[in-house]
Amino acid sequence: MKEDQERANKQLVIKLVWIVAGALVFAFALVPLYDVICAVTGLNGKTNSTAELVVPVKVDSTREVTVQFISSVMPGLGWNFFPLENSVKVHPGQVTTVLFEAKNTTSTEVSGQAIPSVTPGKASAHLKKIECFCFVKQTLKPGEVKKLPLRFFISADLPQDVHELTLSYSFFPAAQ
Amino acid sequence: MSTTTVAHHDEHHDHPTGIMRWLTTTNHKDIGTMYLTFSLIMFLVGGSMILGIRAELFKPGLQLMNPEFFNQLIGVHALIMIFAALMPAATGFANWMLPLQIGAPDMALPRLNNWGFWILPPSAILLTLPFTLALFGVGDGALATGWTFYPPLSVQGGIGVDFAIFAVHLLGISSVLGSINIIVTIYNMRAPGMTLMKMPMFAWGWLITAFLLIATIPVLAGAVTMLLTDRHFGTHFFDAAGGGDPIMFQHLFWFFGHPEVYILLLPVWGFIPQILQTFSRKPMYGYKAQVYSLWAIGALAVVVWAHHFFTAGMPVPALLYFMYSTMAISLPLAVLFYCWIRTMWKGSMSFETPMLFTVGWIILFGIGGLTGLVLADVAADAQYHNSYFVVAHFHYTLFAGGIMGIMAGVYYWLPKMTGHMYNEKLGKLHFWLTAISFNVTFIPQFFVGLAGMPRRIPDYALQFAEFNMISSIGAFVLGLSQLLFVYNIVSCARGGKKATDQVWEGAQGLEWTLPSPPPYHSFTEQPVVK
Repeated sequence: MKEDQERANKQLVIKLVWIVAGALVFAFALVPLYDVICAVTGLNGKTNSTAELVVPVKVDSTREVTVQFISSVMPGLGWNFFPLENSVKVHPGQVTTVLFEAKNTTSTEVSGQAIPSVTPGKASAHLKKIECFCFVKQTLKPGEVKKLPLRFFISADLPQDVHELTLSYSFFPAAQ
Repeated sequence: MSTTTVAHHDEHHDHPTGIMRWLTTTNHKDIGTMYLTFSLIMFLVGGSMILGIRAELFKPGLQLMNPEFFNQLIGVHALIMIFAALMPAATGFANWMLPLQIGAPDMALPRLNNWGFWILPPSAILLTLPFTLALFGVGDGALATGWTFYPPLSVQGGIGVDFAIFAVHLLGISSVLGSINIIVTIYNMRAPGMTLMKMPMFAWGWLITAFLLIATIPVLAGAVTMLLTDRHFGTHFFDAAGGGDPIMFQHLFWFFGHPEVYILLLPVWGFIPQILQTFSRKPMYGYKAQVYSLWAIGALAVVVWAHHFFTAGMPVPALLYFMYSTMAISLPLAVLFYCWIRTMWKGSMSFETPMLFTVGWIILFGIGGLTGLVLADVAADAQYHNSYFVVAHFHYTLFAGGIMGIMAGVYYWLPKMTGHMYNEKLGKLHFWLTAISFNVTFIPQFFVGLAGMPRRIPDYALQFAEFNMISSIGAFVLGLSQLLFVYNIVSCARGGKKATDQVWEGAQGLEWTLPSPPPYHSFTEQPVVK
């Protein structure tokens, strides 16, 4: 009787430990899962991190979308960083180039990595970059000023109710 | 041991005495007592911390402390109250009362039980040690991020964050061990004839709590481990520069954090109906409805987490989902409230201290629930988020709904545990002081919150001065009234009027069939439930 009880207890403990282990695995599985969900739904405004290779041939000139640019520099990176134009009006499918400018205000060579984010989130998958300074990390010599180009287009299947989208870049300090 | 010596079992038991008895004990009553004592001590420690905060907030401007120390007090207060006061109190009751209520001789895994408790004191020390270290010039004090550990602040913080991370690991291990023990005890150790649907409600409340704990504590452990590797080992889980995302931490944290709210409350929802039926002298209303509601709340608890950060940015469909699912929790909770009130309805009620605390609990916890419904509204939350309204709301749920419920349980079971009646007059005085000063403390916080006073800031605009002064006065009365509680418990443990076996006239359940206090080993012969 007592041994039966102990065996039953042991079996249940093993099952419960599996639940605990499963929950721990689930916690770490949420990391890639989170990225996948965000990539599929565009939830946190992430854009393509490598160059878009297919450029559209058709420009939808019946629609016009405003793209705004904002920039920020995270603590620990002694740079000035701003877009040369605050916003542009583009037609979906039209390839546009805009310039940002970064200046290293410190007396050492520093590298930075720009991280983009698009609002509203549902538009983020439709802002396609052909060329971007954010694809690689940027290194500036002391006092150097650099023009940073961005070539992008808005894909034609952008949801009809989006008339304005905001592209934000934050420059983070990066390892040399 | 032969049957003839059973009566002398206690006296002849060869367990160690003194400190070794407590260090090595595997007896559920000893461990329960240790959990409850630890909880009471930490309740006073966490309470003193917040009195420091209320003293600083007594007037606008910075008087007593610098903002860093203020932030540290706030975060450690929350961690202590949640992990070291409320959760151990509920586990203490589970240890003491579950075996008695379900007719088991002890918990299923006594050694694990001992270990589960003795992890707690070191983790409490880990949590508070950085305060002392800072006095000696080591580090810059305790965790200063608030109990939520949000990055990037927690990635940049000092050694206090590391201490808190390890403390959370230990506290988590302790709760997981306790939960496994409770589930096994409930599943395998019930008296013959006690089916699941005949179990006392407290066992149901704890069973669901234990399942929530083993499913969500590992997620918190994972999240803070990622934080630790982000801080020291160059990973980028929450660092946008390396492709991570700080918002992901909020998802991980609240995936644990919201069920945690119900983890704190479900054990209370378990024994509150038992207290109600005792002092209403009629059986509890809607046993099945209550059990199903507890399960419904337990299930909903794990799918509503993102309402804690509506303002962090989410697409509208996600906002709507989290809003409606959160509001849906009020339905099973309304069923519970209905059953509690209906249990009292036309009962022959008397108002001893446990019943006073229970009735006060229903009203105050009701306010906590209703203000939660307001916060769940996405449109309203944009105004209320991170304001003192939130602080007032969750103190109505966690102080009134949690701690005052635990106090009801303490007064209810104290005569059973100690064998003596507590001082009823002092108990009633403690209730009225607590209930009134609690409201004096937190009602003004609803007002200043609505007017826009942000939480976790050591200074405030002049127009909030009067309400903050009232709130601080209330907090000091509330804090000092708890000394009555401590005095009452200690003097009851030392002596007093002898309690009968049944203690309360209307008390029902197996624990009331045993002598008060119950013998060191109870139900060695399991009772049969018809």
